[in-house]
Amino acid sequence: MNNEMELLFDARSTNEGLARVAVAAFVAHLNPTLEELSDIKTAVSEAVTNAIIHGYGNLQGYSRHGEVRPSAGDYFPGKVRLACKLADGVLDVTVEDQGKGIEDISKAMEPLYTTMPELDRSGMGFAFMEAFMDHLEVESSPGKGTRIHMRKKMTSGSWIPGEE
Amino acid sequence: MENFQVIDNCLMVKLPEEVDHYQAGYICQEADRFLMEENVCHVVFDFEDTVFMDSSGIGIIMGRYKKIACLGGKVYAINVGRQIRRILDLSGMSALVEVLA
Repeated sequence: MNNEMELLFDARSTNEGLARVAVAAFVAHLNPTLEELSDIKTAVSEAVTNAIIHGYGNLQGYSRHGEVRPSAGDYFPGKVRLACKLADGVLDVTVEDQGKGIEDISKAMEPLYTTMPELDRSGMGFAFMEAFMDHLEVESSPGKGTRIHMRKKMTSGSWIPGEE
Repeated sequence: MENFQVIDNCLMVKLPEEVDHYQAGYICQEADRFLMEENVCHVVFDFEDTVFMDSSGIGIIMGRYKKIACLGGKVYAINVGRQIRRILDLSGMSALVEVLA
């Protein structure tokens, strides 16, 4: 069975949880293993977090109960688009923002490279996306935004035969 | 729910169910407050309740490690399940941090 979904949400840190739960629910009917599910959730979380904090520079909400960390600035309005497609047991995830874009993609993808060490970012985001998904593609133009495309083959395969 | 406790010279940090960027700021901030104010030498991260962690969690551990390692302190990760273990291994953190299942 082929299936598609799209989710558009504000670039706020609270929505990271929403994004990964939505994707997990989207693939749930395939009976994925716990490991697969956790891989997908981690990769989605990384991509969405990047869009919010790097793409739009939204660092607030970076605390509990709505408290704002002193280093957190204003809210820059923006939307993150999450699109998922499931076809023949292959999951395609696209995370897109209209934020500031990435100047040097290969530099950004280097493990441990981060532009925000003061915020305790580890610089492992892209490394995790690469490790946990089968395929990763990054398109970005400075000033326009970034699109992350990830693909993963679900081992559990396609829809249970005979149910359609 | 996360919580912080000082036992002898160890800071115990109980991590929440989901460790992501949204939760990380508060945890770093609180942990650092304890490191500054109390006489803490080692940090123990307890993953008992944790079912999800992304690279933000690595940032938390790495940041605390940098702060105490130069003073001879050690970082421990306890109650580490399979998923969390994979993340720690993949990021190379298991070489710096004592990981206990």
